[in-house]
Amino acid sequence: MIEIENLRFTYSGKPPIFEGYSLRISRGEAWAVIGPSGCGKTTLLYLLAGLRRPDGGTIHIDGQQLVRPRPRSGLVLQDHGLLPWATVRQNVRLGLTIRTFYGSDGRHAPTDEKLDPQEADRRLNRWIGELGLENLQHQFPATLSRGQRQRTALARTLALNPDLLLLDEPFSALDAPTREDLEQIILRLQEQGRLTIITVTHDIEVAVVMGRKILAMADGPNQRAQIIENESACGPGSERGPAFQDKCSELRHLLGGLI
Amino acid sequence: MKNTLNIKVALWGLIMFLLLWQALAWIVHRPILPSPIAVVPVFLQLIGGELGLHFLASTARVLAAIALAVVAAVPIGLGLGMAPRLDRAVSPLIAIVYPIPKIVLLPVIYVLLGITDLSKVFLIALIIFFQILVVIRDEAAKLHPELILSVRSLGAGRRALLRYVYLPASLPAVLTALRVSVGTAIAVLFIAEQSLTTYGLGYYIVVETYQVLRYREMYAGILAMSLLGLALYLVIHRFEVRVYRYQESANEHARK
Repeated sequence: MIEIENLRFTYSGKPPIFEGYSLRISRGEAWAVIGPSGCGKTTLLYLLAGLRRPDGGTIHIDGQQLVRPRPRSGLVLQDHGLLPWATVRQNVRLGLTIRTFYGSDGRHAPTDEKLDPQEADRRLNRWIGELGLENLQHQFPATLSRGQRQRTALARTLALNPDLLLLDEPFSALDAPTREDLEQIILRLQEQGRLTIITVTHDIEVAVVMGRKILAMADGPNQRAQIIENESACGPGSERGPAFQDKCSELRHLLGGLI
Repeated sequence: MKNTLNIKVALWGLIMFLLLWQALAWIVHRPILPSPIAVVPVFLQLIGGELGLHFLASTARVLAAIALAVVAAVPIGLGLGMAPRLDRAVSPLIAIVYPIPKIVLLPVIYVLLGITDLSKVFLIALIIFFQILVVIRDEAAKLHPELILSVRSLGAGRRALLRYVYLPASLPAVLTALRVSVGTAIAVLFIAEQSLTTYGLGYYIVVETYQVLRYREMYAGILAMSLLGLALYLVIHRFEVRVYRYQESANEHARK
């Protein structure tokens, strides 16, 4: 689904983050990206979301070269990016509102999607329900907890029916029950649909839960993708198993002094 | 934003104001300061006739100026806020022009645009324009880059960003700037209306009443101009309270 070829990316005045970097991600996979802060994990997400352009090389998604945000990709950033002046319901509706604003033009919204007001309302209510936001619908983001804000941002993105979900530190600063709850919601979606998920994190445990494959990044330049298979230990509730602890130790060892 | 102006507060304020006026009228005891008991009936009698026309003329000028200023300042302000490099290039010019009291340009505008309604409206619009321009630019530039990126990832291009992010983000500050600058705008209107016009409260107060010593009628005019200022202030304040609703609820949450 995602093909990164010979990627080169540098922020001006800094050492390059990617140089000749190549990576392939198949449809329906769950990936975690781990590495020390500042190594370019979030930059990788921005590149995959089409919000930054590579300095060299190409990124193809579904055979199409990425030059702008792709309507079927969903991105949830660490600070959630909710509109402070809009209620939870209005925030969850935002993506649908934007699609209605442009119509199915293929640039801002998929061409094969029919989005009449009834369908928009149906999806809005569905995701507000799935993420347990019914009682918060008319509140403003400032009155929510971090976990509730994260749910709102997720609902907003999922209401657009993405096939690729890009998550930046989705569980940072969440308490353990809230975190496990959200992990389960996200992984269930991945198992149900053909949803590809890429989770960026600096937390080894989150990486082991969220990534069937774990991509380790280092301080740049990253030249070769370092991939750790994690078929056995990932999944919701896996924290309690012994395989999980083994995998975390292995990863800690492998990443060495990086984290 | 606290909704401090409810009916009870306004009524109490009005009573205190009238009492103070009456007291001053007794103390000064000269024709230049008649008591409200003498002025208010004159006001009520005149506002349905000639004074009403002057009031309408002034109101129309202020509203036209506000509309002109908003229509010009919003796109330019948003444009500068969205383009930091352009903003850096232009902002020294704005910084220099912004504090110039625009009223000093009155003669220049009269010569260039003629002594017409257009020149009066233009002068007032100029004052409001700069107030709004600076505020809307700063609000647009203040938005978190992560917020913009998030909304772009939902499919928003430039137009949708303007409509759903930049405009609502700067609206509260624009209303505040407008409320604050309306006072100055009416002061300038008062001066601009004194020359070569036949309708307008400035003309009425200075030429038709003050210069011919009709003090009670002059006060009716002053009262009308005060009411114009007060009404505009209240209307803008109402809108402000509505758009600040989310902050209100956030503050309440913080107090809990």
